[in-house]
Amino acid sequence: MLPIDPQYIQQRIDEMKDQDLYIHLELTNGAYAAHNDASRHPAANFITNAVIRYVHGGISGVGPYRVGLKMEQGWIYSEGLTHYEETEQDRLILAGHDKDGKLVVALQISPYPFK
Amino acid sequence: MITDMDRYDNHRVLVVLPHPDDESFGVSGSLAKYVKNGSQVTYACLTLGQMARNMGSPLFANRITLPEIRKEELAQSCRAIGIQDLRMLGFHDKTIEFEERELLDGAISAVIEELNPTVIYTFYPGYAVHPDHDATGAAVVRCVENLPAERRPVVRAMAFSRGCEDIIGAPDVRVDVKDFVKQKVASVQSHKSQFWVPELKKASQKDLEDRFGTERFWTLKFD
Repeated sequence: MLPIDPQYIQQRIDEMKDQDLYIHLELTNGAYAAHNDASRHPAANFITNAVIRYVHGGISGVGPYRVGLKMEQGWIYSEGLTHYEETEQDRLILAGHDKDGKLVVALQISPYPFK
Repeated sequence: MITDMDRYDNHRVLVVLPHPDDESFGVSGSLAKYVKNGSQVTYACLTLGQMARNMGSPLFANRITLPEIRKEELAQSCRAIGIQDLRMLGFHDKTIEFEERELLDGAISAVIEELNPTVIYTFYPGYAVHPDHDATGAAVVRCVENLPAERRPVVRAMAFSRGCEDIIGAPDVRVDVKDFVKQKVASVQSHKSQFWVPELKKASQKDLEDRFGTERFWTLKFD
């Protein structure tokens, strides 16, 4: 994965609007968060292969980045994004990694389901 | 230079902020001062702060109930300050920077057109920490820039990002609100789901005046 280039990601977001897409949205601070540091609160969630369609979307910030996707009803919001997968041409694969390189947040949208 | 507006009467004040509670610490004393002196104050609050993490202490709110609770808290804060006109513009928390510009600027411009304010209070774009704050201030700036120069109201902005004064200088306006700390504390306490400051109940008038008695603003410049 490469560090996010916001102009390029904005272009990809614009290209994918107004169509049905599968989304994988995930946030986690790790199953061992509280085990390793009792002061931390372990929390994680994901939603995968839900179908969404957005009418307007953007990327913002100076890194880590934020993405907001406006749907007919409601919003998708993701904060803490640092990287994108440059080999993906038809899917948009964004992730946020912490200083140790571990995944903290993932936002993926695709015209076909994720496995 | 430290200045203060010499008059707080005869103003049409418009406050544009994104979250219920954004008014409390930074501008509620000044607003109470305007109201006391006979000015008209409208607060256009863009969102209901529905993505906030604070749920009360002890917990009394959840993701489902929070928007309605915060709406009530906002109304209570406005009553405490004396604000005569509260508008809730219906945007979603955390989305202001991503919102369609026409929609966002259109909503703010419509309020400006309707009220023809003499002064607008908002956040200083780029120096107000939260993306919604910065995006709200930037939208106000765009709307005011669009007005003919002779119709532009004064725009006063709140900034509090770390080190901001090194870049934008010291605030040019300091408002003495010592006589309005009661309203200011009541505004803070209205937002029960967000702030819990039990020490305020016991604080002396002198302590409150020291802590809350001055509000600071930067007057934004337009070409």
